[in-house]
Amino acid sequence: MLKIENLTKTFNPGTVDQKVALNNVTIIIERGDFVTVIGSNGAGKTTLLNLISGTYLPDGGRVVIDGIDVTRLPEHKRAKYMGRIFQDPLMGTAASMTIEENLGMADLRGMSRTLRWGVSKSRSENYQRSLKEMGLGLETRLKQSVSLLSGGQRQSLTLLMVTLTLPKLLLLDEHTAALDPKTAKRVMDLTQTIISENQLTAIMVTHNMEQAIRFGNRLIMLHEGNIQLDIVGEEKKAFTVQEAVKRFGATLKDESLLG
Amino acid sequence: MFFESMLRVIPGSLEQGLAYALVALGIVISFRILSFPDLTVDGSFALGGAVTARLIFEGVSPSLSILAAVISGFTAGCLTGLLNTRLKINSLLAGILMMTMLYSINLRVMGRSNIQLLTVDTLLTPLENLDMNRFIPIILFFLVVTVVVKLATDLFLHTQIGFAMRATGDNEQMIRTLGVNTDNMTVMGLGLSNALVALSGALVAQDQGFADVGMGIGMIVAGLAAIIIGETLVGTKTIQRLTLAAIIGSIVYKMIISIGLRLGLAPTDLKMATGVMVILALGIPALKKEKEGKLHLRGV
Ligand SMILES: Nc1ncnc2c1ncn2[C@@H]1O[C@H](COP(=O)(O)OP(=O)(O)O)[C@@H](O)[C@H]1O
Ligand SMILES: [Mg+2]
Repeated sequence: MLKIENLTKTFNPGTVDQKVALNNVTIIIERGDFVTVIGSNGAGKTTLLNLISGTYLPDGGRVVIDGIDVTRLPEHKRAKYMGRIFQDPLMGTAASMTIEENLGMADLRGMSRTLRWGVSKSRSENYQRSLKEMGLGLETRLKQSVSLLSGGQRQSLTLLMVTLTLPKLLLLDEHTAALDPKTAKRVMDLTQTIISENQLTAIMVTHNMEQAIRFGNRLIMLHEGNIQLDIVGEEKKAFTVQEAVKRFGATLKDESLLG
Repeated sequence: MFFESMLRVIPGSLEQGLAYALVALGIVISFRILSFPDLTVDGSFALGGAVTARLIFEGVSPSLSILAAVISGFTAGCLTGLLNTRLKINSLLAGILMMTMLYSINLRVMGRSNIQLLTVDTLLTPLENLDMNRFIPIILFFLVVTVVVKLATDLFLHTQIGFAMRATGDNEQMIRTLGVNTDNMTVMGLGLSNALVALSGALVAQDQGFADVGMGIGMIVAGLAAIIIGETLVGTKTIQRLTLAAIIGSIVYKMIISIGLRLGLAPTDLKMATGVMVILALGIPALKKEKEGKLHLRGV
């Protein structure tokens, strides 16, 4: 489904600030995989997602989605393949626009936009239904500006926006890290439900070992731009925080990956 | 005495305020919708006037000359957008470059520094010749034009493309992840903005009976003053209010200026007074230690 081959990215090459953010990383992800990616600060997790989504172009290597080489495609041309949620809840929505308008924009992800209405009546009813299912009480606030929502509500809305069009690939970048524990749990449960109900292929970056172990069917650990651990299926199921401490204790404790 | 001054300035301020309202509306699109501090305005306003004046002078029909002015303003705005998005020139500098180059272009367009239109027919001549107080038909004309453009802008900003344009100014990263080429949105938005500004320049030139290469000087600051006044009075909650604020603000701004002039403000100090108004409006929140001023800007 997604093939990442020898992906390399160096920031500020040839200067004193030179930083190899990703070093020759190869990952092949199957349809329906739910991959959790863990690593300390600066390990290259966000860079990996940025290269997949086209926010940055790599120095070397390839990104192939369903057999299509997208390595050189600009970000907006890859949108039809993937949905993305950022760590910062403010980044996923346009604050000055209404809930309904944000959903209307997300509805057209990767499609060409015309001079038709941004929100059609029938779609608006759809949005209302989906919001109601989410159970945050947002279904009565369709015409309110998103700037009035809390971080958790905004992140949940972003999640709904991504799933309106069910992307081939879902990229989540520590999307619960900025939320309070209770809200984080609710958003994470919602994420899990959406991924399993729709059998989405997903990559979820997290800073928390417990979360990385609990969710998904595959776990990848990045360290200084390299893959340190890559476990799937039964091996992943059997993996525990204790095991992680035993093998990578020093790094984990230093970087507070244990939560 | 004061109230008498007030009453006397009303017709003139309405005429002027409505004639310049499209400049404020254009600035709403660049500064407010796109969050792009576009300084092309001073040049594109005069460009609209220059194109319309030269074409009328050459015998082209006044309405066709307005169409040409709008197209030239659109082009100028797009060029500023291209300087910023393709050549990665800072947004403020891109606007200043365009504005400066337009000065030469406007001189070329007119072939001299001003063109008189008093002896030829303009779009407004039939209205001037009606058998009534000239203010009534002229004000009605500008009112209709302004309201039509405002409503069209409102509608556009609620279409799929309009949404994408608003999101480009609000959260560029987000709308790019949804598949929108934000560079194109910036270019198109600046084109539209400057098309409105040039339309205003063309109508003002026809109304006042001449175009002058300096007619756009200070237009951006005056437009900002109008927007700030309007937003204080009308609010910014919806797109409809934002565009209404531009029109109301433009009228009130012209009224304040006319009253000021009647009360003894020297015309030469006008730009100073306008600048101080904008500085106060933008600066007071900062002095009150509120986190952010009123302008959130991109590409600088
Ligand atoms: N735009 C950038 N410019 C320069 N350096 C960057 C940039 N983005 C990331 N880096 C550097 O690359 C490394 C990996 O960053 P990142 O992928 O954000 O790590 P994380 O795993 O915490 O998400 C870090 O050292 C970071 O400072
Ligand atoms: Mg990160």
